[in-house]
Amino acid sequence: MDLYEHQARELFEEHGISVPRAEVTDSPKEAREIARRLGGRVVVKAQVKTGGRGKAGGVKFAADPAAAELTTRQILGMDIKGHTVGKVMLARPVDIEAEFYVSYVLDRAAGGFLAIASAEGGTEIEEVAAARPEAVARIPVDPARGVTSAKAAEIAAAAGLPPRTVDVLVRLWDVLVLEDALLVEVNPLVRTRQGQILALDGKVTLDDNARFRQARWGADGAGHHDPLEAAAAAKGLNYVKLDGEVGVIGNGAGLVMSTLDAVAGCGARPADFLDIGGGASARIMADGLAVILSDPDVRSVLVNVFGGITACDAVADGIVQALGTVRLTKPLVVRLDGNNAARGRAILDARAHPLVEQATTMDGAARRAAELAHSA
Amino acid sequence: MAIYLTKESKVLVQGMTGGEGMKHTRRMLAAGTDVVGGVNPRKAGRTVQFDERTVPVFGSVADGVRATGADVTVVFVPPAFARAAVLEAADAGIGLAVVITEGIPVHDSVAFTSYARARGTRIIGPNCPGLITPGQSDAGIIPADIARPGRIGLVSKSGTLTYQLMHELRDIGFSTCVGIGGDPVVGTGHIDCLAAFEQDPDTELVVLIGEIGGDAEERAAAYIREHVSKPVVGYIAGFTAPEGRTMGHAGAIVSGSTGTAQAKKEALEAAGVRVGSTPTGTARLVLEVLAAGGRS
Repeated sequence: MDLYEHQARELFEEHGISVPRAEVTDSPKEAREIARRLGGRVVVKAQVKTGGRGKAGGVKFAADPAAAELTTRQILGMDIKGHTVGKVMLARPVDIEAEFYVSYVLDRAAGGFLAIASAEGGTEIEEVAAARPEAVARIPVDPARGVTSAKAAEIAAAAGLPPRTVDVLVRLWDVLVLEDALLVEVNPLVRTRQGQILALDGKVTLDDNARFRQARWGADGAGHHDPLEAAAAAKGLNYVKLDGEVGVIGNGAGLVMSTLDAVAGCGARPADFLDIGGGASARIMADGLAVILSDPDVRSVLVNVFGGITACDAVADGIVQALGTVRLTKPLVVRLDGNNAARGRAILDARAHPLVEQATTMDGAARRAAELAHSA
Repeated sequence: MAIYLTKESKVLVQGMTGGEGMKHTRRMLAAGTDVVGGVNPRKAGRTVQFDERTVPVFGSVADGVRATGADVTVVFVPPAFARAAVLEAADAGIGLAVVITEGIPVHDSVAFTSYARARGTRIIGPNCPGLITPGQSDAGIIPADIARPGRIGLVSKSGTLTYQLMHELRDIGFSTCVGIGGDPVVGTGHIDCLAAFEQDPDTELVVLIGEIGGDAEERAAAYIREHVSKPVVGYIAGFTAPEGRTMGHAGAIVSGSTGTAQAKKEALEAAGVRVGSTPTGTARLVLEVLAAGGRS
């Protein structure tokens, strides 16, 4: 889960990293009050979980509280790369003398974390790395030792950062470990004309798997903008809304992704990713079908199950029971294979629902679901 | 021969007395796995009856290893306890720890994989179905009756795609199938398995299944080009996945332009690997390559 800039700023501050004075609001009137509290002149920054805010007009200076109110009014509701701005952060401007870049990122290949640092901050680090790779230091961190002062000094020296950033590097590692983050990035980390080291903007990605021990982000973190995704999440379903017309249900993330590709290969577009996992109970099947059928874009539904541990007769029972609680309004193509497939198919044959048909292969099922979507 | 797991492997199950542990221990035993014990500090000294087999419960992995000579452990404990379970297995000198548990925080996976590596313990997983050497041993949750023993080696990030391919190619059969897991950090990768299959006289051809996220498949492609003489047939899932969305597996996410299925397919093809567009098409390619005498 990605955090908003203001949430990242809050975390940095809690871990003793200096940040500019700032407050968040969703109200232009309140923005005026905040600007007054911060000394009049402020930067108004759109809070969206995407880059390129500045270029999109989501970051603006306001010379006084009245301008802050006006600017806030302009930025709220703005669409930045598909993200609607719901809140702005107002921050006291700082006199920047130098801009740096520091981050800890997960290095999947090495199975550990990597410190990335550069004395050329302020722009996208990928751009710096592409233009002048020697300006970007990449240093692996031993997970058993973490970032000690000595390690931080090594990182700072390799990137040409001033020694005073060492403390920030150590504290930023604390943010990564103690908050169960997969990414912490400060860009820019600045030195002000007054000599302060400040984290001016930051990005933090938290590990969803660590929610059981990081309670505070809880529900607010989910951030499902799509109503179908929110409904699916409320039922504990592993669902991602896509923009096609063939609803897809399957068991196992890999097989479901593969099913989406098979649908696309037949000239249709998948409407969703829904992984019902190993269980495939009647309740999960009914919940899943209900979410997919409530999607107005869906014109046919494809159920693709390979029974490994899951028995296909149990899946077929689940579908039959689901048909008792959900009114099927669109054609349903079912492919059952693997464990107890013959029994599962017989159960669906016996139910003989006019909108349910079976296919014996995954490719055949995808083709049929695509046809039905196009003829509906 | 096979890789990593044979009929000689003596297997402990951490979390055997839990619901999933019980269910899958029974299935592993039925598949011929030599399950020599379970581990649960609160039930040490007891035994659990699985049909005609009586399996002792040990208080620690070290006790189990001392008493039975176990060299493999399968971990079914909940996410919050997985890190301690794996560290304990590594400390006990277990050679292979198969971590089935899904939902382990990445910082824990980083900690236990690096700890285990330093102690010579191979980790498979986490968030994986385990591995099977058909006809010999099954460590994890892969159904044993899908395919018979044979000459194909398989390495996959996905459990159900592993089952699907095993099903498609059941008549030819498999030396070993390894589900490496779909998390961003895993203990054993495609390259480790490719290296092992290359050395395994029972494996003639390798099926490599990948999916979006990270660059493991691209690195595997580079490795194949330099080090693998046996034919490899590939399959990649997730061509239609949108950027920035996690597709079920924690590691299955396209970030910006990295981790796309297209880039992985291209990298594999550039290394001479034939890549199927569907699981069935992939199985067909395997048959073609084997019929052509093994060279792709």
